[in-house]
Amino acid sequence: MNAKRYWEDIQPGEVAIYGPRVVTREEIVAFAAEFDPQPMHLDEAAASASMLGGLGASGWHSCCLLMRVIADGFVNHTHSMGAPGIDEVRWLKPLRPNTQVRVRTTVLETRASKSRPDFGFVKCLHELLDERDTVLTTLTCPLMVARREGNASP
Amino acid sequence: MKYFEDIVVGERMPVGSHTFKADEIKAFAARFDPQPFHLDEGAAERSHFGALCASGWHTAVAWMRLMVDFRRRISEAARARGEPVAAMGPALGFRELKWLKPVYVDDTIDYTSEIIEARVSESRPGVGLVSIRSTGINQNGEPVISFISTTFVERRPVTP
Repeated sequence: MNAKRYWEDIQPGEVAIYGPRVVTREEIVAFAAEFDPQPMHLDEAAASASMLGGLGASGWHSCCLLMRVIADGFVNHTHSMGAPGIDEVRWLKPLRPNTQVRVRTTVLETRASKSRPDFGFVKCLHELLDERDTVLTTLTCPLMVARREGNASP
Repeated sequence: MKYFEDIVVGERMPVGSHTFKADEIKAFAARFDPQPFHLDEGAAERSHFGALCASGWHTAVAWMRLMVDFRRRISEAARARGEPVAAMGPALGFRELKWLKPVYVDDTIDYTSEIIEARVSESRPGVGLVSIRSTGINQNGEPVISFISTTFVERRPVTP
């Protein structure tokens, strides 16, 4: 396995695909029962009568799945210090049962922290894709990544 | 819930509170956000967080659960009074989410949501768009999370 990347190792314009991962009906219903028990995420009939037009995952489930895919593929391969927040999430299309998702991550911008010399920000656009590359959810957020200078052991 | 027409900008909703236990923090992180400082006390102590802390997604979905339960209580009370209940959701997304402070083991976060905007949908005549700002405050009065989300709310049916 390659060494974890520092902030200096990540360049604007990088694009990578992470995953795949299949989300099952059972996972959708279990997530909703625990965190978002609205009928449109739990029950086919209620979902069909709603604006979702059929059973679809909680938008928060889409975010959490996206997080898991980028944690495994990207974040945990960097010296991540977490994220200070999320600029924007758009739930564009429902995530249906048995969809195989992947995440396309584009590095939009990297910048040093003005107040802290030990890390920099890596702003990314993460797009949750289905099998046909339809974009289901977009998530834009900065990740804090440790800088090599001052952190790496000699 | 109320119909779109009855929603008042500025109304604040006491959504509820949640205490984050160590086991729950680690179980959530293992499923969705397996970064070392959310999974393991030792790794967290060596990190800039200084102690085990919850995934920011965990702090966010705890709000969602409390909000669904809050809305259900409001809707059941309205039905008991014989009033109609408007359909709500799905949400379109959220923006400006800030994780302002870490949520540590046994922190209790109290969530409040405030209606900040209500506008009609140009593309869907039967619904309006309502935006709320939700905040979570820990037991020391410090804000830990803030975000703005937007959801569809059914408009009052036109009576002939």
